[in-house]
Order: sequence, then C-alpha cells, then structure tokens
Amino acid sequence: MAKKGNKKLKFAFYWAASCGGCEIAVLDIDEKILDVVEIADIVFWPVALDIKYKDVEAMPDGFIDVCFFNGAIRTEEQEHMAKLLRKKAKVLVAFGACSHTGGVPGLANLANREEVFARAYLESPSTENPQRVVPKTSTKVPEGELRLPEFYDRVKTLDQTVEVDYYLPGCPPAPPLILKAVEAIAKGELPPKGSVLAPLKSVCDECPRNKTKPEKLSIPEVKRPYEVQLDPEKCFLAQGIICMGPATRGGCEARCVNGNMPCTGCQGPCPNEVDQGAAMISALSSILGVEGEREAGYDPQKLVEKVVDPVGTFYLYTLPASVLGGRVRKK
Amino acid sequence: MKVITIDPITRLEGHGKISIFLDEKGNVANAYLQVPELRGFERFCEGRRAELMPQITSRICGVCPVAHHMASTKALDAAFHVDPPSAAKKLRELIYSGYYIYDHTLHFFYLGGPDFVVGPDAPPAERNILGVIKKAGLEVGKEVIKHRAYGQKITAILGGKATHPVCGLPGGVSKSLSEEERREIEKMARSCVEFAQKALQIFDQVVLKNQKYVELIKSDAYTLKTYYMGIVDDKNRVNFYDGKIRVVDPSGKEFVKFSPSQYLDVIGEHVEDWTYVKFTYLKKVGWKGLVDGPDSGLYRVGPLGRLNAADGMATPLAQQEYERMYETLGGKPVHSTLAFHWARLIELLYACERALELSQDPEITSKDVRNPVGAPGEGVGVVEAARGTLYHHYQLTEDGLIKKANLIVATTNNAAPICLSVKNAAKAFISGGKVTDGILNMVEMAFRAYDPCYACATHFALGKMPLEVKIYDHERRLLRTLTRP
Repeated sequence: MAKKGNKKLKFAFYWAASCGGCEIAVLDIDEKILDVVEIADIVFWPVALDIKYKDVEAMPDGFIDVCFFNGAIRTEEQEHMAKLLRKKAKVLVAFGACSHTGGVPGLANLANREEVFARAYLESPSTENPQRVVPKTSTKVPEGELRLPEFYDRVKTLDQTVEVDYYLPGCPPAPPLILKAVEAIAKGELPPKGSVLAPLKSVCDECPRNKTKPEKLSIPEVKRPYEVQLDPEKCFLAQGIICMGPATRGGCEARCVNGNMPCTGCQGPCPNEVDQGAAMISALSSILGVEGEREAGYDPQKLVEKVVDPVGTFYLYTLPASVLGGRVRKK
Repeated sequence: MKVITIDPITRLEGHGKISIFLDEKGNVANAYLQVPELRGFERFCEGRRAELMPQITSRICGVCPVAHHMASTKALDAAFHVDPPSAAKKLRELIYSGYYIYDHTLHFFYLGGPDFVVGPDAPPAERNILGVIKKAGLEVGKEVIKHRAYGQKITAILGGKATHPVCGLPGGVSKSLSEEERREIEKMARSCVEFAQKALQIFDQVVLKNQKYVELIKSDAYTLKTYYMGIVDDKNRVNFYDGKIRVVDPSGKEFVKFSPSQYLDVIGEHVEDWTYVKFTYLKKVGWKGLVDGPDSGLYRVGPLGRLNAADGMATPLAQQEYERMYETLGGKPVHSTLAFHWARLIELLYACERALELSQDPEITSKDVRNPVGAPGEGVGVVEAARGTLYHHYQLTEDGLIKKANLIVATTNNAAPICLSVKNAAKAFISGGKVTDGILNMVEMAFRAYDPCYACATHFALGKMPLEVKIYDHERRLLRTLTRP
C-alpha cells in the first residue's frame, strides 16, 4: 500500500448503535488488513483490541489521524463517545449506513422511548414481569450504585451529533470502497471535506441487469418478491418489483441483485439528492401505471395500494436523515 | 465500598461494562456485567413487509446476520404454511455451514483465542489477532485469514453478500446454485476441513499440553452447573439449521424436547433494572436469580450447550473429537465454561465437513428452490446461531405485513449465566484488593468464552409510521394520494 511520508498513521474504529457488520466489513478486506497495519497503528478498536475508554480519554486531542465511526447515536454513552472521538481524531469518517443516515435501527424513530421500553420489557409474550421492572439510569444494589447510560427518545445520525469529515456508505460498506478510502488516506489524496466516499453513479448504473431495463419503463402492477418466480436476469422494476436502484448511490457492485433480490437502498441517496425516499417515490410515480391508465380501466389508487409499507420500502436506511425524520403525528 | 470498572469489555460483539465491588478487606462482594445499549427491533418490525424480515432482522447482528436471516426465513415458512423443496433446505444449510466456518474461526483466532495463544496476562497490546499472528507465525495467520474469508465467500455466493444476505424467502431461496459455483464451494470446503483439523491441533498444543491452562479449565472459578439447550436431529445429534430443541439437566439427563412452536411453554424472560439485557430461564424450574444448580432455571446455549444437549455429532471427524473432549474432561455434561472454546472448534470441524457433504450432494444444483406460499398466519422459526438457540416468532396480517414479532436471541439465553460466570471469576481471582490488568483480563475471559453478542441481545423494540404522500403534477394539481394508517 503506497503511503505519503514515513510516519505511521493512527487509526481508530468505534461502534455506536450498530450491529457489528461494519467491523466484519473491515475484516472482509481479508489479507489486505496486513497492509493496513503496515501503514497504520490501530489505537482503539473494542471488537479486537483490549484498549479501554480511559485509554482514549488519556490521548491528546488530535492524536488519532482517522477515526472510522459506525452506528447511530441512541444513548448518552454513544453521544459521549462521538464527542470524545471527534476531539481526539483529526479526521472523522461516518462509516456505514447507521452513522451516515441512521440505518435500519433508525426505524425506531417510528416510536418513542416509552413505547420501546413497553414493548421490550412489558409486552413481549415471553417476558414475565409482574413487578413491571424496566431498566433505569441509576439503580441501588446492596453494594452501591449501578449506572446505565440514558436511552434517548430518538435515533440520530453521526453528523446530527458532531461534525463529520467523510462518509463511507453501505450496510455494511463494500470492502472495495473501504480499501479505496484507506488508500486515499494513505496517499493524502482525500476529496473535499464532506464528501461521500463512493462513485457518483446510481446502483442501476452498475447493475448487471441494467441492459434489460426498458428505455421507457412502466409498471402496470406492483408485485412482491415472494409472490412470483423471480427472473434471474431481468431488471426487477421491469418485473414489477420495487427496486431502490434508481434512487440509491452505487459502489456496492449491486450485490443484492447478484443474490437475485432487489436493491433495498443501503448506500443512501444519489449525489445531490437530499431525501432518498422522496427521490424513489418521485421515480416510481413516473413509472407506476401505464399510459392512458384511466381509460384502460386502471385505478391508480389501487396500484398505489400495492405499495405496502412505504416507510420500510423507501426509508429502510435513511429515516433519521430524511426530511421526515420520524413519526410526529400522534394517533 | 471500592468499585473497579472494566469499560468497555473488549473482544466481543457489542457493548458491555463490568463493575466489581470490593469489601473493606479488598475481596469481591459482588460483580455485575451491565449491557448499556438497546436499539429496539420488535416494535419497528410491526407494519413491515413480511418478506423484508430476513433482511431487517439480520441488522440485529452483523456478526451473525445469517442466523437471523435463517431464523426469520424459517418463521416465514411456518407463517405462510409452506415447506421448501428439499434442494432449498440443503442450500440454506450450506449457507449456514459457511456462516459457522467464518464465525467460529473469528471467535477462536480474533476474539477469544488470543487469551490462550498469547496468554491471559500477556500485555494488553499483544492480546489480539496481531499477537496471535506474531506468536503462531505469519503462515498460520494467513491460513486463518484465508479460511475465515472462505466461510464468508460461501455465504456470499448463495446469499448475494455475506454480511446481510438477501436470498431467504418464504418457501425457499431466491437463487439456485450453478455447477461452477458448486465446484468453487466444494474446493473451499475441502480446504476448510483441513484447516479445522489444524485449528484443533493448535488447541491441543497451546491449551491442552499446558498444565496451567488445563487446571484453569477445570477450576471452580470457571465452572457453572446449569441446564443446557440445543437443536438436535432425529438421532439427537447436533444440528445448526433444523430439528427439535432439546434441554438436558445439570446431570445430563433429558429434561424436555420440544418443537419451535412450543417455545413459550418452555422459556420465560426476566427483567432487571440495572441492565438493558433480559434474562431467560426454564419456566418449569423458575427464575431463582443469578444462581446455578438443578433448582435454578438457568440454562446455557452455544457450542458447549449444544454438545452437552446432544448425543453426538453427525459427521465422522467431528464425532471423534466430540468423544475425545468428553473423555479428556471426565464425561458428560462438561460444566467448565472455558470448554466452550474447545466445543467451538469441534463445531467448526463439523461445519466444514457438513459444507463439503452438501457441496457434493447431487441435488444441490437443482433449479427447484422455491415453493409457492399459502395464506399468511403465524409462525416460529428456530436455528442454532453460533452463540446459541435463536427464536423468531411472527404474526402476519392478511396483507402479509408484520402484526407482531417476538425474538429471543442466542446471547439472551446466556445472559444470566454470563453474569454469574463473571462474578465467580472476580471472586476467585481478586483478593486483598490486589488487581492487575492480567487479573481483570481473566475476569473478562469468563464472558469471552461464551462469545457473547450484546448487539443481538439488545435488539428489542418498534412501530409503524402513519404516512401520507401526495403526488402533484407540474401545475400542482393533485394526482394521487398514498395513505397508510
């Protein structure tokens, strides 16, 4: 791995509200991890190294060259770590969909803390909790006090919490994108601050099925993947199956399509789009239905009704970052 | 009272913190492992499209996404009243074997193994995969990296991608296997079988030939006498993908054997106010707090839980190793927590042998990989995640949306025993106020053996969003309104 200068860099990896898939994505660069540790010392990485919070607190500000931060912000502890690592790192990279746009756990913004707790600790059919105990930030035990970080009402993205320098999209980020980012860091050739470190094209642009996408696409009927036999070569939209490819940024190499399933949008919005869901709804509204549909007896409302679960379909990874943000209406 | 905290605990999946309280003599009064995180999945799964669940729930855990993907897919099979074609079941099991190859390799060499290979009280900067490579040599390191990657590759060939695969659908899988792909998998699986044997040899040399480690394994500090749970096939042999769930008591006798749909009769979950994780127990025995023994409903899952709950392994090489482990450690069941590591490597060998068998199965390249679904209803899907038994339970609406979801994940089953193991280790190793980094790491080894996943165990929670989208034309005339209550 080429590198500018002789001094070894210092990298840190951290996880907040996430699943650990981003850590595995780092390991999925396989033997190239040995090249990475040639050019950089990893100074913090809880999944793999025995370095504790107190060690990070003790680092001088700006000690870490690049911190790769995955996961959204849901608790007091995660917010604290985001602020701490922002201070300790020269460059902060929002790594993966959860820190970039909120990710799947961002769907929790469909409810508030009380509803989360009620479901988890009181209502689940396997839970037996006649005393209606729920976790508290402070508990007195015979030996003293135990503290838990506060669980916030909302899920936030990393850049809604602290200033972010770069974004690596994906759930999880594709290993080739990670390697490219690390190479750019090593050579000191990073793009302007605020950039998303991914190609400027959409998933459709790199999809092997793009050639089967008709020039003028129209969907007379929306189908769900489990309802039909899936054609392994034909564009999903052309099969009537909602695929987020047109509204999703590329760089993932259309891996889901290679598993014969449609894109669900984990790479986030295309360049210059703010709201991925709105962009897809816009794209869909121009292709849903057929020319002269009313005359032909189609009822557009019926067509639209087949688009069940719009939030889960259009905002699976981006609800906290979207203009919607979460649920505001009370029933 | 003096408090020692280990924050965060490291080399595991997810977040955790240990607080150890010392009395005036500097001995341990109590120790708590707290899980300071919660994300909340069950509630926000409500209202989602059922077919998306295998992909949504895989985001509970990126280390064991395939386990959630499969438990979810099987719950959908049950909820849609469909039995997948035989080839689809074999493909799912093949993916699943790939996942075990990757995950168990990850744990032994990256997470838990460094404690043995580099040493429990080695400097913290060396107790990691890089220390393992330094000690065992670059060649071994490269073999580890290669075969972990093979596991991931097997999953990616079939699942689209390894972390968060997409192929599971009710009634089967989205994609069949080509002959070229089959040959590639067969070649990788063959190499993996050899690798797993090597891993067991390393365990032999590093751990079993070291009297200090053997004494540690057998010591009271790392022993818990609990019930054990795991999925078994019709001959009571370990199976990761399908079968009945068997529980044995602390003496090794069968306590109950049940079908996935009966899980609510067997398992209860208990809530404490000092941690975000819940604690499971056997309902018939009851919740007696953080204590072991036959009168306490605590049970353990994961590699040692499965081996204790079964009568053997379904492949020849793994069966030999299974017999050797019980002979060496004094018969069944084995209560030593550190034996989880050994059991994990035996399972690694089984997963490799099983992957090879399946890759050579004439049916594996069949194009018949999906059956049409029936009407949506209710279903439970259970698999053995690498870390233990995993339950997904869904109720669907008429439109095939999720009405209710309940999940009991692998690490939740082990949560109470893990707390107890940490407390016992702290009490055994800390006395007179003497605490070193090496001692604290030996306390951490008590949870690390379980390979806990606190990302999984803090999944619970939430809901659907009422949404109205109005579509206007260029003159701002309302064309359509999409409404969801």
